[in-house]
Amino acid sequence: MTDSSMRASGYQTDEPVVPVDTNPADEIKRTTCYMCACRCGIQVHLKDGKVRYIDGNRNHPVNRGVICGKGASGIMQHIAPSRLRAPLLRVGERGSGEFREISWEEALKVATGWLGDVRATDPRKLAFFTGRDQSQSLTGWWAMQFGTPNFAAHGGFCSVNMAAGGLYTFGGAFWEFGDPDWDHTKYFMLFGVAEDHSSNPIKIGLGKLKQRGAKVVAVNPVRTGYNAVADEWVGIKPGTDGLFVGALIHELFRTSQVDFDYLVRYTNAHWLVVQNPGGADDGLFARNADGKPLCWDKRSGKAALASAINDISPSMHGVVTLDDGRKAVPSFQLMAERYLGKDYAPETVAAECGINADTIRRIAAELADVAFRQQIELPVKWTDWTGKTHDTIVGRPVSMHAMRGISAHSNGFHTCRLIHILQILLGTIDVPGGFRYKPPYPKAVPPGNKPQGKADQIKPNTPLPGMNLGFVHGPEDLLVNPDGSPVRIDKAYSWDAPLSAHGLMHMVITNAGLGDPYPVEVLFMYMANMSWNSTMNLGATLEYLTAKKPDGTYKIPKIIYSDAYSSEMVAYADLILPDTTYLERYDCISLLDRPISEPDSAADAIRFPVVEPDRDVRGFQEVLIDLGGRLKLPGFTNADGTPRYPGGYADYIVNHERTPGVGPLAGWRGENGESYGVGKPNPKQLEKYIENGAFYAHHLAPDQRYYKHANKAYLEWAKSVGFAGNTDPIVFQLYSETLQKFRLAARGHGKVVPPASHRDRIERYFDPLPFWYAPFEGTMIDDRAFPMHAITQRPMHMYHSWGSQNAWLRQITAANRLFMSRERAAKLGIEDDDWVFVSSHIGRVKCQVRLMEGVNGDTVWTWNAIGKRAGAWALDKDAPEARKGFLLNHLITELLPARDGGYRYSNSDPVTGQAAWYDLRVRIEKAPPAEIDETWPIYEPIGSPTPTRTPDVSNFGIEFGRGRK
Amino acid sequence: MHPAYSVIVFTTFSGAGFGLMAVLGLGAVFGRIADFWAIGAVGIALAIALAGIGLLSSTFHLGHPERAWRAFSQWRSSWLSREGIAAVATLGVAGLLWLVWTFVPGPGIVIGMLGIATAILAMITVYTTGMIYQSLPTIKAWHQPIVAPIYILLALTSGTVIAHALLLALAEGQRAFGLAGMGLLAASALAKILYWNRTDAAAPIATAGSATGLGRFGTVRVLEWPHTQENFVMREMGYKVARKHSAQLRRSSLLAAFAIPFVLILISIFGNGLAALAAAFGAAISMMAGLFVERWLFFAEAKHVVTTFYGAEAA
Amino acid sequence: MTTLPATPSAKKLGLVIDLDTCVGCQACATSCKEWNTGGYSAPLSDMEPYGADPHGAWLNRIHSYDVGDGAASRTVHFPRSCLHCETPACVTVCPTGASYKRAEDGIVLVNPDTCIGCKLCSWACGYGAREYDYADGVMKKCTLCVDRIYNTHLPEEDRIPACVRACPTGARHYGDLGDPESKVSKLVAERGGYDLMPELGYKPVNKYLPPRPRRDATTAAKPAPQEQIDEPRTAIERLFAFADKVLSR
Repeated sequence: MTDSSMRASGYQTDEPVVPVDTNPADEIKRTTCYMCACRCGIQVHLKDGKVRYIDGNRNHPVNRGVICGKGASGIMQHIAPSRLRAPLLRVGERGSGEFREISWEEALKVATGWLGDVRATDPRKLAFFTGRDQSQSLTGWWAMQFGTPNFAAHGGFCSVNMAAGGLYTFGGAFWEFGDPDWDHTKYFMLFGVAEDHSSNPIKIGLGKLKQRGAKVVAVNPVRTGYNAVADEWVGIKPGTDGLFVGALIHELFRTSQVDFDYLVRYTNAHWLVVQNPGGADDGLFARNADGKPLCWDKRSGKAALASAINDISPSMHGVVTLDDGRKAVPSFQLMAERYLGKDYAPETVAAECGINADTIRRIAAELADVAFRQQIELPVKWTDWTGKTHDTIVGRPVSMHAMRGISAHSNGFHTCRLIHILQILLGTIDVPGGFRYKPPYPKAVPPGNKPQGKADQIKPNTPLPGMNLGFVHGPEDLLVNPDGSPVRIDKAYSWDAPLSAHGLMHMVITNAGLGDPYPVEVLFMYMANMSWNSTMNLGATLEYLTAKKPDGTYKIPKIIYSDAYSSEMVAYADLILPDTTYLERYDCISLLDRPISEPDSAADAIRFPVVEPDRDVRGFQEVLIDLGGRLKLPGFTNADGTPRYPGGYADYIVNHERTPGVGPLAGWRGENGESYGVGKPNPKQLEKYIENGAFYAHHLAPDQRYYKHANKAYLEWAKSVGFAGNTDPIVFQLYSETLQKFRLAARGHGKVVPPASHRDRIERYFDPLPFWYAPFEGTMIDDRAFPMHAITQRPMHMYHSWGSQNAWLRQITAANRLFMSRERAAKLGIEDDDWVFVSSHIGRVKCQVRLMEGVNGDTVWTWNAIGKRAGAWALDKDAPEARKGFLLNHLITELLPARDGGYRYSNSDPVTGQAAWYDLRVRIEKAPPAEIDETWPIYEPIGSPTPTRTPDVSNFGIEFGRGRK
Repeated sequence: MHPAYSVIVFTTFSGAGFGLMAVLGLGAVFGRIADFWAIGAVGIALAIALAGIGLLSSTFHLGHPERAWRAFSQWRSSWLSREGIAAVATLGVAGLLWLVWTFVPGPGIVIGMLGIATAILAMITVYTTGMIYQSLPTIKAWHQPIVAPIYILLALTSGTVIAHALLLALAEGQRAFGLAGMGLLAASALAKILYWNRTDAAAPIATAGSATGLGRFGTVRVLEWPHTQENFVMREMGYKVARKHSAQLRRSSLLAAFAIPFVLILISIFGNGLAALAAAFGAAISMMAGLFVERWLFFAEAKHVVTTFYGAEAA
Repeated sequence: MTTLPATPSAKKLGLVIDLDTCVGCQACATSCKEWNTGGYSAPLSDMEPYGADPHGAWLNRIHSYDVGDGAASRTVHFPRSCLHCETPACVTVCPTGASYKRAEDGIVLVNPDTCIGCKLCSWACGYGAREYDYADGVMKKCTLCVDRIYNTHLPEEDRIPACVRACPTGARHYGDLGDPESKVSKLVAERGGYDLMPELGYKPVNKYLPPRPRRDATTAAKPAPQEQIDEPRTAIERLFAFADKVLSR
C-alpha cells in the first residue's frame, strides 16, 4: 500500500508523507559473493551506476536467498580505503612499506624477468603459494605449466586433515564435499566448527533442524555461535575429540549396535587382512589373482570375493587360513579389538576429554536409538551398483559435521577418520537423514590423481607431467629424493608429511628462510597474510622475510605478492600486483576445484565484473594468464608463440579444456550450450551463466540422490559427465591399506623406504585404523608449566583479517579479549576485565580478559585475526585493532621442539602436514597494574601504500536516501 | 546519563533566571522593591539574560538548532515542547515587566500584575523543565514525584540568593531576601538529601534479567557488546560515576550550593559595606557553582534502564 | 502528532525474534545497516570509520549474554531493535512531532526532516532502540523497513524488513501481531513469546521467543544404575555373535 492509498483509505493525514515506494535499483546484477569462502549467490543492486545494496539470491543453491553479516557488508569492502590502487615496486627496506607506483607494463616485465630466469635455470626456485585462492584449478595448472613442484594454496593450514581424513576413508569430506541431510536428519553432531565456515548453509540447516525439533549436539570447547543454540553442548578439551568419538564407538560395539548389513554392502569391514608379522604383506588385504579383495564366506566356508555381497554370508571375525596358507582376519575384528579396548572405555577417556562418562554413554545410546529405531524411508525406487533394485531409500537420520576444531590438531587426520567411521558404523553415509555427498563426490578412495613433481620431472622450461597436488597411494608416490629428502620447499609429500594433499603453505617462509631443504629465488604469493595473522611464530617469520645474506641481499631474494588490500604482507613484498575487489572481476568456481554443489545437484559458478574498477588494478587470474603468455608456458601459448587466452580470464574460463570437452565450467557446454559436463567450448557460456544468476546447477534425478557411492544411476551419470573414470562403487576404507603401506615401508619393505630417522614416526602414525594420541605440543613441552589450551574462534562476521578494513564490520569487533572460564579465573585470582600475560613455550602476549561460563575450564580462546599491525589496512595507527587487539600467532610455533638428532618437524599433523594451530598450550598470569591498557607486543607501524588520511565521517548511502532525487 | 554541559548550563542558568524573575516579580508586589528602578532595569534584565543563556545553551545540544522553532508544536504530549512554550511566554511577559519597570515611571499596578504573571509563568516553566526529567519512566533517579518540585525549589533558591545580592547592591541594602534565601537554602539542602536518600533506596526499574527476559534461566551477564566501541546509547546513557567519587561530589555540592552561601548570606546580613556585598555576591557565585555540581550529579548519577542490556545488573 | 493515534491501529506490524535459533551472526544487523543507510533514514553515518574510535548509527544490534552458571548456563545471542511499542514514550516526549506512531500499521518513525536532534526520545526509550546520528544531527531508528514492506518495486516476497530477508537461520519473523490468526501471533502463542521490560508499560509489539529447554545432562533422565561393564572379551563375543546373526543370509 502506498501513501496515496493510505490517505484514500482514510488514515489521518497529518502524518508526513513517507516515500515508501522509491525504486531502490536501476539494475540488479547477480554474481557470487566473496566476503568469505562460502560463495553464496548475491544480487548487487545498482542505482545510478553505483552499488546501492547487496542481498542474497533466492535461486542460488548455496544460500537460497539469505545473506550473512559479511555478505551484507560487501559495499564497505568494495569501497574500503585499504584497496590497493596500482602496481607497486618496493623502494625502502622490506617491511618499511615504502613503494613507488609503477605501470602494469613495468610490473609485468619485472615479474616476467624474475620468473623467466628461474624457469630457465631451476624451476624449483619458484615457490608459488596462492593462499585463500578460489581458482586453484587455474593457479595449479599455471604452476604445473611453469614446472615448479612448489605450489599449493592455504589448505595445509586450513583443513587438509578434513579433506584427507574423508577422502582416504570414504571418498568425500565435510563442507565442500558433503553436507548433513538437513531436511531429514533427527540427530546432528557438530564438531569443532569455526563459525564462518560453510556459514550460510550451516545456518540455514540449523534453522531447519530447529524448526523440526531435531536434536543438535555441539562438541566444542567454546559455546558461541552455532554451539550456543545446540540442545546439548559438550565442552570438550581441545584435541581430545578422537578419544570422545572412540568412546562412542566403544559404546556402540559394547552394546552391539552397529549396522552390519550396511558395513558389508559399502565398506571393507569384512575384507580379510593378512596377518604375517614381519612380512612384506602384513596388514595388507588378502586379494585374489586379479587383485580383488577377499572376505570369508561363512556359507561356503571359503574365501570369496568381498564384492560379491548379494551371494555371500561374510564373516566379521575369526582368523582364517587362506588357500596359500597365510593367516588373515576380517578388518572388523581388528576394529572391534581396538575400540572395545580399555583405552576407549568412557571411564578411561572421561577425564582426558573433560566429558562425564555418563554423558558419553548417553550420547552413544541416543545416536544408536535415532539411527536404528527411528529409521526413515523415502518412497523412491533405486538400483545399487550390483543391479539390485530397492523399493525405498532407507535412511538412518544421524548426521555429523566437523571442521577446524578437528582439523587444526596434530591428531586431526585420525580424529577425522574416527568421526567418519562413527558415521559409517551407524550406516549414515549418503542416506536420508545422514551425511550426503555433493557431486562430483564421492571419489575413489583415495582419489586417482597423484601428486606430480618428482625430482626427475623437474626440468628447466618444462611443465610437470601433471598437477602438483594429488593423493599418494603408497610410498612410491612420494616426492622425495633418493636419499629420502623432500623435493618440495614445504616438504609436502615427503616422509615429514606423506599425505599432505594440500601442501604446507605455513612452512614455506620458514623453510625458505632457513634454506631447508633449499633456498628459493622467487616467492610468489596470493591472498594470504603470511606476515601477520596467517603465519605461525610471527616474530620469526618477519625475521625470515627480512633476513639478509652476507652480501646484503635478502635470503629470500624476490617476493611477488598479489592482494586487493593493504594487508600486513604487502610491506614485506618487493613487487605488488594489485587485485580487484570481488565486484570488479571474473572468477570461476569450478567442479575441477572447489565447487558449490549441493547433495541434490552439481553446481558451479562465476563472478563477473558488475562495476568497473576506479583504480589501476587487475584481477590476479588475468595477470597470471598474461604472465603465462609472456613466459611462454605451453598451456598459455599457441604454437606460434602468441598468447592462448588473449581475452584474459573470461577467455580462459570459456575456452580452456583440461581434457577434451571438459573445461572450467560444466554448464551450457557445446557450441550451442546444449550439453552438460562434457562438450565443446560455448562462446556464449558466460552470458548463459550471467543470465542464470552466475551459476549453473544440474539437479540429480530422485533415484540418483542417495547412496551415490553405490548407486548405479548416479555412478553412470558421474562417469558420463567426467566426474569419474568408471562406474565402480566407492567402498569405504575403514581399515586403510594405504596407511599400512607406509608402515610396511617403515619396516623396510618396498622400494621407497623412509630414512632411519623417520621410521619410528611413520610406524606409529600410519596406523591403518584410526587412533587417538595426545597432540604433539603438549607432549613435547612441560605441560605443567603450560597447563591451559589456547584456541581461536572465528567471529561469524569476519573473514580472517578482512573484516577490519570494513567500516561496518570493524565496529562490531575492533578489539578482542581473551575469554576464559569464570571458575578457572577465580582460582588464578583473575577478575573480569583484568589484563593478563599469555605465555607459550615460544613467547608471550598481553591482553584483556573476559570471563564466561560457556568454555571448557582448561581452555582460553579469542577471536581470530582481529589484532592488526598499525599502518596496515588503511586504519588509524591508534585503531583499537592495533592497540587492544592481539593475536595468538606470536605463541604458536611452526617447528616442534628438536627431537633426538636435532631435527625439528613442522608443528603439523604427521600424516597430512596440517598445521596444528590448536595444539597451543599456554600459561595465564595476571599482568601487574603498570601493564594495563594496551595489548603487547605492539610492533612499529608499517608504511602504508594507501592514503593515510581516511574520512572522519562516512555517510555512505546519503545519495540514495529517503526518496531524494 | 551523560552530563552534557549544554544541559547543565541550561537547567542551572534557566533555573536561576526564572527563579530570579519569580522572586523579583513577587518582590515587586509583596516586597516593595518596585520602587527601585535599578532592580527592574538590572535585576529583571539579568534574570532574562540568565534564562536566555540557559535556553540558548540548550539549543547547543540540538542536532538541528535551526529547526528549534518546531519544538513549540507538541504541547499536548511533550513536556519539552511545553517547556519551550512556557519559557518563551515567560520571557515575553518578563520582557514587558522589564520595559515597564525600566521605562514607565512610578510603581504601579501594572508592574505588580506583570510581576505576578512573570512569577507564575516562570515557575510553570521551571516545573515543565523538571517534568521533562520526572516524566521519564526509564530513569529511576528522575522518575520521582519530588524531582519537579525540587527544580522549583532550587530555582527559587538560586533566584532568591541572586536577588539578595542585587538588592544589597541596588536597593539600599535591603536584607529581607537574605533571610528568605537562608531559609530556602536550608530547605534545598534538605530536599537534595531527601532526594538522594530516596533515589538511592528506590527499587530498580529493571534488571538485566527482566530487561532481556532471560532472568528465568539465571544470572544474565554480558558476554560481548554488539560493538567494541561505545555507541550512541552508551555514550549518552551509559555514563558511570564511581560511588566514591559521587559521594564526594555530593558533599561538595551541598557545601558549595547551600552551606557556604548560607554562611555568606549570614555575613552579608550582619556585615557592612563592601564586605557584605562581597559576601552576598560570593554566596550567589558559590551557589551557582554548587548547583553546577549538583546538576552534573543529577545527570551523571542517573542510571538509564537501557544500561541493563549493556552490563548493568539493574537500573 | 506526537500524541499517539486516537484509535490505535488494529494492525500491529512487528517482529518476532527466536532466541532459541539466533546464532548471533550479525546478518540482520549489517543487512539493516546496508538497506537503511541508503533508505528512508539515509544516511546512517559512521564516525571515525577507519579511526581510533569507530562508531556509527545502527538500527539493530546483536548482544550476546552468558546466562546462568555452570552446567545450567547458556549463551544467548540477543538481537535488539525498536519494538514499535503500542504506547511508546519516545513518541509522546518528542517536542516537534518528528517522532510518531503510524495510525495505519503502528510503525514508529522519525521524520528526518523535522527532527531537531534533541535526543529526548532516546532517553524515553528503555530499549536503546534510537540512535542519534552525530553527523546528520537527527535521531535514527528502525523503520521496520517501511520503504521495503510497501515498495512495489520489490518482488512481493521481498517486501519484508531487510533483517528478516537476510536472516540465515530463520530466527526473525515479520507480520501483523494485531491479528491473532497471523503466523507470527500463532508462533508467539505456541512458543510463549514475551515482551521485553513490560514494567515500562510501553507495550512492545515485537516479541521474543525464549530459548527452548535443554536436552542434555541437566535434563536427561538419571542414567540407570550402570550395568556391569563387560569384560572386553564378553562384549566382543556378543558383538561378533550379533554380526553372525545379522549376516547369516
